[in-house]
Amino acid sequence: MSPSATARQIAPPANGLPSHAGIYHYDQMDRDFLTERVEQFRRQVARRLSGDLTEDEFKPLRLMNGLYLQLHAYMLRIAVPYGVLTSRQVRQLAHIARTYDKGFGHFTTRQNLQLNWIKLVDVPAILDLLAEVDLHAIQTSGNCIRNVTSDQFAGAASDEVVDPRHYAEVLRQWSTLHPEFSFLPRKFKIAITGSANDRAAICIHDVGLIAKRDAEGRVGFEVYVGGGLGRTPFIAKKLRDFVPEDELIAYLEATLRVYNAYGRRDNIYKARIKILVHELGIEKFRDEVEAEFARMPRAEYRLDPAIVDGIKARFASQPYETLEPISGVLARARLEDQAFNRWVRTNVAAHRQPGYAIATITLKPAGGIPGDASADQMDAIAALADRYSFGEIRVTHEQNLVLAHVRQDDLPALWKALSDIGFGEANSGLITDIIACPGLDYCALANARSIPLAQRISERFADLDRQHDIGELKIKISGCINACGHHHVGHIGILGVDKKGVEAYQLTLGGSASEEGAIGDIMGPALSADEALDAIGAVVGVYLEQRQDGERFLDTLARIGHTPFKDKVYAAH
Amino acid sequence: MARVTDAPKVVTANRLQDGAVVWLGAAGDWSIRVQDAQVQAEAPAVEAALAIARASAARQEVVEPYAVDVAVEAAGPRPLKTREWIRAAGPSIDALPATAA
Amino acid sequence: MPLIESGKLIDDAWARLGDDAPLPASDVPVIVSLARLRKDRDALVGRNGGLGVFLASNQHPKDVADLLADVALVALDFPKFRDGRGFTVARELREYLGYRGTIRAVGHTIPDQYLFLVRCGVDQVEIPEGKDAATWAHALTEITTAYQVSVAGPLPVARLARHKRAEHAA
Repeated sequence: MSPSATARQIAPPANGLPSHAGIYHYDQMDRDFLTERVEQFRRQVARRLSGDLTEDEFKPLRLMNGLYLQLHAYMLRIAVPYGVLTSRQVRQLAHIARTYDKGFGHFTTRQNLQLNWIKLVDVPAILDLLAEVDLHAIQTSGNCIRNVTSDQFAGAASDEVVDPRHYAEVLRQWSTLHPEFSFLPRKFKIAITGSANDRAAICIHDVGLIAKRDAEGRVGFEVYVGGGLGRTPFIAKKLRDFVPEDELIAYLEATLRVYNAYGRRDNIYKARIKILVHELGIEKFRDEVEAEFARMPRAEYRLDPAIVDGIKARFASQPYETLEPISGVLARARLEDQAFNRWVRTNVAAHRQPGYAIATITLKPAGGIPGDASADQMDAIAALADRYSFGEIRVTHEQNLVLAHVRQDDLPALWKALSDIGFGEANSGLITDIIACPGLDYCALANARSIPLAQRISERFADLDRQHDIGELKIKISGCINACGHHHVGHIGILGVDKKGVEAYQLTLGGSASEEGAIGDIMGPALSADEALDAIGAVVGVYLEQRQDGERFLDTLARIGHTPFKDKVYAAH
Repeated sequence: MARVTDAPKVVTANRLQDGAVVWLGAAGDWSIRVQDAQVQAEAPAVEAALAIARASAARQEVVEPYAVDVAVEAAGPRPLKTREWIRAAGPSIDALPATAA
Repeated sequence: MPLIESGKLIDDAWARLGDDAPLPASDVPVIVSLARLRKDRDALVGRNGGLGVFLASNQHPKDVADLLADVALVALDFPKFRDGRGFTVARELREYLGYRGTIRAVGHTIPDQYLFLVRCGVDQVEIPEGKDAATWAHALTEITTAYQVSVAGPLPVARLARHKRAEHAA
């Protein structure tokens, strides 16, 4: 073992916070609140069991606390605020998965963790365990403001303008048990990024925020509204170019009020804000928001810079070592080990601190279940985070994990350790880095299974040489039109449908969730699972045949159009 | 093949306390095994079974009971829809993710 | 229907008056629809009894803004508890239109919404027959920390977070 791989002693943070992990560290009032919230839910469960609450009344209450009734059991969706966890929190999640579930968890596209085999009667005890480590399941479902998501590289990325975590935390607090916006027409999802490269998929959120700076360096937000997938997919439209930091809450209140007052409640499929924006038109919607914004008592809603500073102060900073920007250890290891070099190419991103790097842990082993990790794997990753990344773990909307602050010197040892637990695959952003919802194996809403198809695609393209040759190609699979697997924005999207009682899969091409945001086009009639698998092979074949130097899949598709792909896929039909 | 609506039926629900899939048996009791489900061929019998199930839901024992089309086989009733056989048999995939040795 | 205010059951002195029902001769306070209020405004305002207006969940505060000075009570309808428009209406009445009369939630609400209703400016809630008022009273005490501005508190709240409701109540 190299010297750098031995555990280094890192002193506790100078500001007295419990760890260096880049989360918002709770104070006593946050903890008191969480305790009260758990007690409140404990009483709600008791009232349901006694019959004081009907299922119809209990359902929105349990959903607002992340609890679904799925096909085989209850499912608890635990919030990972803006995707950042401490190693202690991950160990507690592993403990809960072992004690109250079947020993594994599923990381989701909204940076949460789902446990699939939960008993209603156990939930209060689980919430107690979560509260012990400042975690909860608040507003991970329901027709309320859902937990805010963000860039998994926040605070570490070299292209970052503003650290979005601080504002994500502001929004987390503001939206928690919001008295006015807890019974909205439909769910409401907010994502925030602070980089030009959008890793938070803000274009497919009800509200997307880009934190930026004006000419004087003051923080403000570019606001997008009305994005979303589901039955009627829309890319968000720009609502305002710049909302100053201290007006962020007021502007969002105004936006939500317009939605709560005018959003449709007659049809669940038309109740999202995207439909209101579409039906009114962005101009008229903007007029309504601006009118509300103009007349509301703005001083009441001012986000005092002191509050933002107070929140920032509760984020630990990382005690980076002063390192050479280029690591000799890393360079040598890349030369010596082709497999490691490949992992660095796909799974390592630039850190803004010299000598450090951001490592993505793809939860996508060949033939594996996208986003799943066993309790043992979670414990192992927690230990690696302690050793190599200041005890911090991130969750990505692509259902992967991230160690955001790894010394470049440590990357070879980290990769070896990850390989030992089955998560060393060099496939971030490649064809086997598939997003898939739980689908009909678990979900009460699904029409078709997602996971088995993802596994078969992963097996078919398991060869890493071939994957790296194909390059960036994002496959996203949803088991129904609710689009939890983001199929609309997959380079290749797969939607499970029910074709006269038989599972079938509809393919789309050309979607994208990055800053170039686009909804994919449907290729043609739905296919069986076997046919869909072959169709993906055919699509990849056409791309490899037709691509010109340096073209990614999306580039070739844009240049030659959809017809050659459709012709190939449907030639045999 | 008979039209799905003409198929014999069993009544199912999820248990309130733990969410487990349960099937209504001949004695009006709930079982976690689909093999124990009482198959009803006639519409009035299906209605009567649903009435028993709804009364159970009103006692906070189960949630949202409904009837499911089945084929009657030697091993017992087999739900026709994919969703329902997955409910009966469990997920079609390994519950635990693949881990390298 | 039982009526609750500040967590306690109270008597309901108000009568709902149908759109075609004759005006009661006595001074009994009445709640009328917005349409009736517009049609019979002079007669209604001229009575000695109190006057209230009922707003359906698809009616907005701006629809009633010019009449607020005449009414001592606004009844907001919750056709089902999941329909949360009333929260925004209540807050707009208080905050934007400066309404200081009574706001009452009628229709279907559940105890778990009571604290939210109060924080949006609702004073009174009609609760379903046969439900335990104690559950509602308890609902006001369950959560003592609020992360948002609330029209229920007297503090000039320029801060995002960390307001103990106890401070508001003081």
